[in-house]
Order: sequence, then structure tokens, then C-alpha cells
Amino acid sequence: MKVKLLAFAVLTALVAVFPQFAGNYPVKLLQEILIWGIFAMSLDLLMGYAGMVSFGHSAFFGIGGYTAALLLAGSPGLLTGLVVPAAVSAVAALVIGFFSIRVSGVYFIMLTLAFSQMFYAVTFQAAWLGAEDGIVGVPRPRLLGVDLAQPASFHLYLLVVVGLAALFLWSVVRSPFGHVLRGIHDNETRMQAVGYAVDRYKLLAFVVAGVVAGLGGALYTQLVGSITPDAFLWTTSGEALLMVIIGGTGTLGGAMLGAAAFILLQSLVSSYTERWMTILGLTFILFVLFAPGGIVGALRGRIGLRA
Amino acid sequence: MNGLLEIEQLSRYFGALSAVNGVSLAVAARERRAIIGPNGAGKTTLFNLITGHLVPSGGRIVFDGAPITGLPIHAVARRGLSRSFQRTNVFPRLSVSENLRLAAAAAEPGSYRLIGSIGALSGPLARVHDVAEAVGLSERLGEPAGRLSYGEQRQLEVGIALATGPKLLLLDEPTAGMSPEETHRMTRLLAGLPREMTLLIIEHDMDVVFSLADRITVLHYGEVLTEGPPDAVRADPRVYEVYLGTGD
Repeated sequence: MKVKLLAFAVLTALVAVFPQFAGNYPVKLLQEILIWGIFAMSLDLLMGYAGMVSFGHSAFFGIGGYTAALLLAGSPGLLTGLVVPAAVSAVAALVIGFFSIRVSGVYFIMLTLAFSQMFYAVTFQAAWLGAEDGIVGVPRPRLLGVDLAQPASFHLYLLVVVGLAALFLWSVVRSPFGHVLRGIHDNETRMQAVGYAVDRYKLLAFVVAGVVAGLGGALYTQLVGSITPDAFLWTTSGEALLMVIIGGTGTLGGAMLGAAAFILLQSLVSSYTERWMTILGLTFILFVLFAPGGIVGALRGRIGLRA
Repeated sequence: MNGLLEIEQLSRYFGALSAVNGVSLAVAARERRAIIGPNGAGKTTLFNLITGHLVPSGGRIVFDGAPITGLPIHAVARRGLSRSFQRTNVFPRLSVSENLRLAAAAAEPGSYRLIGSIGALSGPLARVHDVAEAVGLSERLGEPAGRLSYGEQRQLEVGIALATGPKLLLLDEPTAGMSPEETHRMTRLLAGLPREMTLLIIEHDMDVVFSLADRITVLHYGEVLTEGPPDAVRADPRVYEVYLGTGD
């Protein structure tokens, strides 16, 4: 645990000073990795720990993003940029989760997918949300008198929010609640038989994951200054799913690694060829066949690293 | 009738088949009751009705003075009624100690806490060691349950049910599939359980039944054939007919 915290601190420090040594483009890539990483980590809480494979996690990314976009235009602050988007995501997760956790396996996948696509369809039509063009020109918040439009301060702000969210998720999986989730993943019926109201734990996991995904969406809106209905699209959920699997399901840190691998590969490949999707598909197939434990699983196997 | 568990006219039909048909029985606190009967007599169905795994077609179940008929599985367990399963039903990827700790912590409100380590649940952690000791798995605490031998998994199966600290323990064929030595060890384990823990046990091994039970209920085609102390049941010719057939 101490080693992990130390690694976390070193990594955070490296990310913090990265803009001193790198140009705009690498910094923007790193920021995207952080945001997608925290989004993928929240999905891993569901997939890897609670055993709930959601294909509709984009719903919360989009809801967080749209809420931030709508509110930041009015008054750009911490409340409008993070707190309210997270709260709205929580409510949405409570509602979607209430219906979705009643089923499991493929039906859970389909139901969560249906909900997220519903949001896509609604935003695509809604004039007050900019319809298919989405909301553009979203200002970055001001925080304690610091204008986050400044690239340097935005980078630190992003790092702090992502870092705290990551620590929060890490704490959740180690908490009594996290252990209950692992029990549910391993043997749901036995958990009921010893007295756990399994559905309530699943719903709480769904809400926690939804909140962190909503934060990811809100940060993404602030990074790029806009949000479009594509945030809700199934590809957003699918990419997060791939990041989790490539990084190593059920490892949390792996989700961040998976996001890094995914985004770096995407950036690298698309500068040479248009066939990014083909390369991605091949990479994914290779991972599933030869490294089903993802990057983290492969590393553990090689150097005997333990969880 | 002042039993810890009181069952009145309990029935369960699967289509035209009546798996349990008008069963009434009362188990007193501190009693050790065995339920025997040939295959298909409705023993496991009766357990499933008591623990909420099946909804009765009719009748009622009162546990510790309160009706529990139709309550969800987890709510029944929370009342202090714990069961082991005929088919081993452990947490295969979690360690023995995690298996027991999850069961021990089930009644703790702290299980919803998102922050903080599991070390905070000190009560359950203490019980893990007691239960592991009782079921003979103290040396295997760190081992994933999936890697235990079959006999050890059966011990853990009973251990999980024990770790919830129940008032009434329902054991569904705890010695199923065990070797004679393993069966012997399990019998000793069960005999050594605290007397305050009321026991309701389904068992095929008659040596186990007669060495443990205060009273025996014989089920046949979903109905109570007879009930009484071991000697009376042993002497009852109808019990032999049920098990061995009448010969015609």
C-alpha cells in the first residue's frame, strides 16, 4: 500500500511538471488521458469489482458534460463546473441504476446501452442544448480568483481533481463496501444468503461510478470548451470499456494505463494512416487472446508484482 | 407450542407436483433437529421455503416470534437464520478469511462505508478467527477458497453459515460427498457447536443423524411421516418402509 501511494505521488509530481518540458500537443494528450483515465476507472469499479459490465457509462459522461456546459456559461465556478454536474450525474445514476440493476449479464448491458442512447437521441433533437452541434464556447471556471483559462493553472486544477477522484475510487475498493462488491462479483446468491441486500450495494456502486464519470465529462467539457451529443454515443462507452480491458479489469490503475495506451496509440497511428480503427481492433484482439489480464496482468506475470 | 421456528401447514407446488404439502413443525430453541427422508421427499425445498429462496404456495413460517413468510432472502438471514448449501457455495476467488469476514460483517451497518479500511470492522475480524478455528481452517486463512480441497470447501461452507452468528443454523447435507474421515471430522465439528445455536440439519448419513439429533422429522412425498426422538424413529417400521420399500 505504501509503495502504491509513493508511486501515485511520484506520478502526480511528474504529471504536474510535464508542461515545463513538453509542448502544447503532448500536454493536451496528457490531459485527455487523465480525463479518460478517470472515466475508465469509474467504469472499472462497476466491471472489475462489482462485476456489472455496463455499456451505457457514456450517459454519465454526457450528463456531467452537458450540465457543466449549461451552468458554466452563467457563472463559471467550482459549484457549476464540478459539484452540480456530479450531483446531477448521481441523480441520473440513481434512476438508471434503479431499473438496470434488476437484470444482469447481457440484459444489464442492453438496458444501460438503451438509456445512454436515449440521452443521445434527446440531446441530438433538443434545440436548447444546441441539438447536433452541442454547446460550444464553454468558459473555464474561476477558482479562488484564479482564472483557469490560463493553461498552467488549468493543468494543475485538472490534475488535482483527477488525483482526488482516483484516490477516492482507490479508497472505495479497499473499504468495507468495496469488499462487499467483490463478494457480490464472486457469488451474488451467497451474499444474499448471509444477509446482504445485494441490490442496494449494486445501486450504490452504480451511483458512485456515475458520479465520477460525470466529473470526467464535466472536466472534458472544460478541456475542449464544448460538448456534443457524441459524448452520449455508445462509442464513448465502448472506448472506456476497451481502456479498462486493455489496462486490466479490476485493477483501477490499469484503467488509467489503458486510457494512456489507447490515446497515445490513437494519436500515433492516426498521424500515419486513416485506419486507426483497424489497428485498434487488432490491438484489442491481441490483448484478449494473449494478455487477458491487460497491461497490469501482463506486468504482474512478468515481474511477479502482486496486487 | 413455543418454538424458535414454527412452521404451519407449509406447502409448495411446482405445477401439479406438490414438493412440500402441508408440513407443520416446531423447533425449540437449543434443539438439534434432523430432517431425513428419501430423495425427493422435499427436504431441500423445505429449507428453500424457510430461507426465502422459494415463496410458499401456502402456510406460514414464524421465526423468533415474528412471521418471516415471503421475506426476501437477505432479510430472513438478518433475523438470525443462516444456512449452508448442499452444493458448495463459497466465494472461490476470495481467501478463506475474506469468505468468513464477509459473512461475519453482513449484519454490520459499516458495510456501506465507502471510505476507510476493513480493519475498522474489528468485531467481524475477531469472529473470523473463532469460526476458522471451529471449522478447522485456521491454517488456510490466506488461501483462495477455490483452491481448497473438496472437504475443506465443505468445512468453509459450514463456516460461512456459522460466521453470521445465527440463532438458527440450517445445514443442508453438510457431509455430502465426503470421505468417511471427513464425515467424522464434520460430525465432531457440529457436535462441538455451542448449544445455544439451534440446529436444523438435512442429512443422509444415519450415523451423523443419530449422533447429533435430539429429535428427527421424517419427510416422505412432501409430508411429515413421523417425528420423534431418535430411538422412537429408529424403531418405527414405517421409516424402514419408506427407505427400503415394502417389497411388493
